[in-house]
Amino acid sequence: MKRTVLDLWVGFFVAIGFVALVFLALKVGNLSGSNFEGAYPLQAKFDNIGGLKVRGAVKSAGVVVGRISEIHFDSKTYEAIVTLTIDGRYRFPKDTIAAIYTSGLLGEQYIGMDVGGDEKMLNPGDTVFKTQSAVVLEKMISQFLFDKAAEGQEKK
Amino acid sequence: MFMLDKILGFFRFLGHQVTSAIARLGVAARFFISIFWLSGTSFRRFQLTMREIYFAGVLSLIIILVSGLFVGMVLGLQGYETLQRYGSSEALGVLVALSLVRELGPVVAGLLFASRAGSAITAEIGLMKATEQLSAMEMMAVNPVARVVAPRFWGGVISMPLLAALFSAMGVFGGWLVGVVLIGVDDGSFWSQMQAAVDFRLDIVNGVIKSLVFGVLVSWIAVFEGFDSEPTAEGVSSATTRTVVTSALAILFSDFILTALMFRGQ
Repeated sequence: MKRTVLDLWVGFFVAIGFVALVFLALKVGNLSGSNFEGAYPLQAKFDNIGGLKVRGAVKSAGVVVGRISEIHFDSKTYEAIVTLTIDGRYRFPKDTIAAIYTSGLLGEQYIGMDVGGDEKMLNPGDTVFKTQSAVVLEKMISQFLFDKAAEGQEKK
Repeated sequence: MFMLDKILGFFRFLGHQVTSAIARLGVAARFFISIFWLSGTSFRRFQLTMREIYFAGVLSLIIILVSGLFVGMVLGLQGYETLQRYGSSEALGVLVALSLVRELGPVVAGLLFASRAGSAITAEIGLMKATEQLSAMEMMAVNPVARVVAPRFWGGVISMPLLAALFSAMGVFGGWLVGVVLIGVDDGSFWSQMQAAVDFRLDIVNGVIKSLVFGVLVSWIAVFEGFDSEPTAEGVSSATTRTVVTSALAILFSDFILTALMFRGQ
């Protein structure tokens, strides 16, 4: 085979190989959307984080505004400390509530930022004081049963 | 007495098998190092490696692309069948993309590469040995490892990740073809759920690392079996068979190890 023809085919092969890689990175993966510009950290303390995981989403009004970058346990206060990385374009008021929600009935859990009305904004590194823990299904069911039992006793 | 002889004979056979297997592994490891040591020629005269990329990569394109398309289409059909029972057929994109990028792309492309290109490399080097072309090179003070083996090894190592990426991309396209065009899953949620679930670092980069490891393993096994084959017609044929069998086992075993290291606890 002639050298130029061989070069052409190899060049063609390498080029479409790289196109496939770029396709996987941009169209299949989320390389384009995962780097936040000028991201800054926030902290939040929860009594119970349920099934929250590192790299989970932080949403406000349903839009992904950040990711969960670290979760650890504070042995002094017995609380979970969650570090959030928030996109630098977005700032939140001081009285924002960080609540743990579940997407769908069996979906994964995420942190929802319910925005308050304070005029002061949270600075990078600040702690979100108002939090709402994950709903634990067993607790909710036992509460429900307990209430039902109490109701029944009142009727007697 | 006769019984004792038989029992001792069995242990002698077992011991011989184990020591020769270990010795062969040692020879293969030294051969691996000598390929790296003598790789200068393959990069200084890159045309040599270019020729091998053509034979290992370009000529494997058709089988990789067609298999990728069909594997993706089957994943689309089977995945839809199961997912629609739980009312989450929109997650089809996630299922197709994750199974291809993480596992099926590198593994199936590696198996196809071993049977399409690895066997050819072994047969070629084995035949060169049988017809004493390798000895003739040595006579002319040309090192056959540098001139024949190393370019084939590097050609395989360079081709394999590209082939695996093409396989995965083609598979995702096949899954889209069946899921969206044929069955009618929503186009937007097919792609957006896929993009939300597939992580660049965790899934795609790990897939590329896997395919690179498989490329090194298959190319190493192929050139070693060829170089180490008996210089007879029978020896070349059994070396070719061994290449395919050993490569398949090595790919599946190392895939388990790599998966355990990469995705543990995720």
